[in-house]
Amino acid sequence: MAQVIGQAIDRIDGRAKVTGAAAYAADNRAERMAFGSIVTATIACGHVTSIDANAARRMPGVLLVMTHGNAPKQAPFQAKADDRHARPKPQLASDKVEYFGQPVALVVAETAETARAAASAIVVTYEKAEGAFVLESASGAAYNPGKGPTGAPSDSKLGDFDKAFADASVKIDAIYKTPYQAHAMMEPHASLASWQDGKLTVTSSLQLVESAHKSIADTLKLEPDKVEVISEYVGGGFGGKLPVFGDAILAALAARELNRPVRVALTRQQMFHVTTHRPASIQRVRLGAERDGTLSAIAHQSLAQSARADEFAEPIVFSTRSLYAAPNRMTSQRIAALDLPVADSMRAPGEAIGLLAVEQAMDELAVRLDMDPLELRLRNEPKEDPEKKVPFSTRALVPCLQEGARRFGWDKRQARPGQVRDGNWLLGMGVAAAIRGNFLREAEARVTMESERHAVVEMDMTDIGTGSYTVFAQIAAELLDLPVENIKVKLGHSSYPDTPGSGGSFGASSCGAALHDACTKLKAKLAKGEGAQGLSVTGSVKPGDDYKRYSQYAYGAHFAEVGIEQTTGEVRLRRMLGVFAAGRILNPKTAHSQLIGGMIWGLGSALHEDAVLDPRLGAFVTQDLVHYHVPVHADVPQVEAVLLDEFDAHANVLGSKGVGELGICGAGAAVANAVYNACGARVRDYPITLDKVLPALTRRQG
Amino acid sequence: MTSSPHTITRRVLGIASVVTAMFGRELQAQSMPSSSRNGPAKSDVRLTVNGQTHDLALDPRTSLLDALRDHLGLAGTKKGCDHGQCGACTVLVNGVRLNACLSLAVAREGDSIVTIEGLAADGKLHPLQEAFVKHDGFQCGYCTPGQICSAVGMLDEIQRGVPSAVGDLAAAPQASSVEIRERMSGNICRCSAYPNIVAAIMETQGKTEGRAG
Ligand code: FES
Ligand code: FES
Repeated sequence: MAQVIGQAIDRIDGRAKVTGAAAYAADNRAERMAFGSIVTATIACGHVTSIDANAARRMPGVLLVMTHGNAPKQAPFQAKADDRHARPKPQLASDKVEYFGQPVALVVAETAETARAAASAIVVTYEKAEGAFVLESASGAAYNPGKGPTGAPSDSKLGDFDKAFADASVKIDAIYKTPYQAHAMMEPHASLASWQDGKLTVTSSLQLVESAHKSIADTLKLEPDKVEVISEYVGGGFGGKLPVFGDAILAALAARELNRPVRVALTRQQMFHVTTHRPASIQRVRLGAERDGTLSAIAHQSLAQSARADEFAEPIVFSTRSLYAAPNRMTSQRIAALDLPVADSMRAPGEAIGLLAVEQAMDELAVRLDMDPLELRLRNEPKEDPEKKVPFSTRALVPCLQEGARRFGWDKRQARPGQVRDGNWLLGMGVAAAIRGNFLREAEARVTMESERHAVVEMDMTDIGTGSYTVFAQIAAELLDLPVENIKVKLGHSSYPDTPGSGGSFGASSCGAALHDACTKLKAKLAKGEGAQGLSVTGSVKPGDDYKRYSQYAYGAHFAEVGIEQTTGEVRLRRMLGVFAAGRILNPKTAHSQLIGGMIWGLGSALHEDAVLDPRLGAFVTQDLVHYHVPVHADVPQVEAVLLDEFDAHANVLGSKGVGELGICGAGAAVANAVYNACGARVRDYPITLDKVLPALTRRQG
Repeated sequence: MTSSPHTITRRVLGIASVVTAMFGRELQAQSMPSSSRNGPAKSDVRLTVNGQTHDLALDPRTSLLDALRDHLGLAGTKKGCDHGQCGACTVLVNGVRLNACLSLAVAREGDSIVTIEGLAADGKLHPLQEAFVKHDGFQCGYCTPGQICSAVGMLDEIQRGVPSAVGDLAAAPQASSVEIRERMSGNICRCSAYPNIVAAIMETQGKTEGRAG
């Protein structure tokens, strides 16, 4: 059996993507297709008192104006459900406005141009109510959500933190702040809906086809077999396409009203409010240590925004429970309900911003101890999970740190800030650890022999840029002993076998394990002499209890070098290296891409990304790509990811772990620590913009 | 309190406001000649795309991007922002890169337009397309047509000696990684395939880049 899993093959959908042949949601057209344009609320909370759509209705080519006054009845919203992304998402359900940017009307017209003009001619008047918008002022209203999205309890305690912290020889007690962030995937949310013989087909841009299928069917009160959801190519998700939004529901409702296909696409500006975001956070980290760097006490407490309209508990502190050894510890997760758009998962929810705090605090402790920050981390390596008291399934933090240090030239780092310069630039290096929980979810996969030598794989899984198409082809090719070219991978149709979809880095492992099962069973049938032609087998995977008996994480170490212009305070990344261990790597080429992508997201979170809130309106003022800054080419010099060999026998049959989120975890902290090392500016309020660096530079020169 | 619709986008300067003026409240249908039940009077326009000529009757507000995608079926050119801020819609007009969302289709009569669908000749990929696949210069692939068309135009700009903000103004620009990054910065890739995109472009120039560690 030729080894195909683990080979760095080119993406099998690569050609479709570089030629423009890959069809994303809004690339699809239909006979007699009409165009929908959404009108959004310009207040954050209150009621719609009137909607004057006369001018819009009179425009030639306008087919439909839908408001809460005439929208078809839909299932009610559910605050709590097992799968938050499968809940009904009724649109235009009442006159109530719960957040700025909430859809309040839909216009459908013969052309996109008319729909847009008519939408802007609609006059909505409101009765505005008072709202709470500012996280800093809401700490009094903070509450304990009880558990995070994965079910882990909000609070944890071990030993006596207060006493140990009071007794510690060296301490850090610091508050860190992270801002609202937007997924800003390049493909805006869009849906094309059409009805035929009472059956609805929605082609949309989604991460979770199965959840979306349930959400859409339930919202419209349809039997599941009367709905087909399709998402073959997805132009980025990062968590922002986990839920179903107004584009899908409104397109479906309008298409039924008009009896013709309707496409509804969100504008880039609308995405910042209509869809979800990463909540802002305030975090307190306390570390107590002996003089030799041994940690005796760790505390991590978080407060994050949650929408009053729909609770979400950002799991900021959870990985801190497993990261470093210390006998006395406490963590707590709090959220505050604000009248803002809905917060939800964004790439590595929890760790992405939790490590911005904890891994900077470790750096601060190292400075206070006068110790190499890398050495401090080595010294606090736990032998088992420090809170769960179970063994690690694998834990390669130390090898990642050591290998990274060697490759990066960490020994050339100067301990004191301001020692290294290049012309007008002060240079510095930073290190940080990466940790990201690993999950396995229930999944099914079908494999069918089309001929003696050709197989088709089918799953409702998506490929959001992660390489799903390619790694599944590799798995099937290896197990069925066929060339990769002979495997056709069909994804993104709700009629295919159910999978958990793309989210939480569980996709490749869960679906891959189900596919492994299907191929193994198919092979057994072939071995028994069953004819290949048309032979079809469905395989599955269910999580066992290994995730309880073992502490399962993927690990890594980030190294960053920055330059700081000493007059302006401009911070530029010079180079960045991440070394990771994430079980068996199914395809090093696509895994590498995901990891460097995550690292660059970390760079963005450290230096650029900030969805600025207008505290009077309860709205984000940065609602386009000019004002919401994501890293661009000029911000990204050499960024390299190295993968260590690993096989996690407790993760799943493939031994693999997710890599889609690992790269961002800790990456921003490495940049922040490099900023300190370069110039002595300790910025605890992300992002690290020049105005926050300048005071330290002025002090240096003064 | 009663408030009327407003937008709080801070796009006050530059090209974006031109688009707002083109598509926004200033150009509502009341101000358009309305001669048909299906919308305002259409304008005839002849577009030459990938060597083929098309005669279209378009709503005069139709952007070049929407004309390509929804009227010519060339959906390889993507819409990421519709405001000239992301580069996903980059096409080549008379060999020069242009954000198709910022141009009205009726303004492109007589121009020669090349889209991503026009780069591969007789089923053979353009060298940049091949290099993007080899270097995994994308993940979701949504920005990719724009990145590739932009790279074609960008390399031609360097060839023609068009200066950028980073090079030495007195010397002929080189296709160095610094120049490429500067000149490609109008093409956002949220998947952040940037290092691989630059590696792909460099390779087509017979160059490679050092490693970070
Ligand atoms: S769609 Fe034209 S620049 Fe973004
Ligand atoms: S490949 Fe996804 S945005 Fe560039």
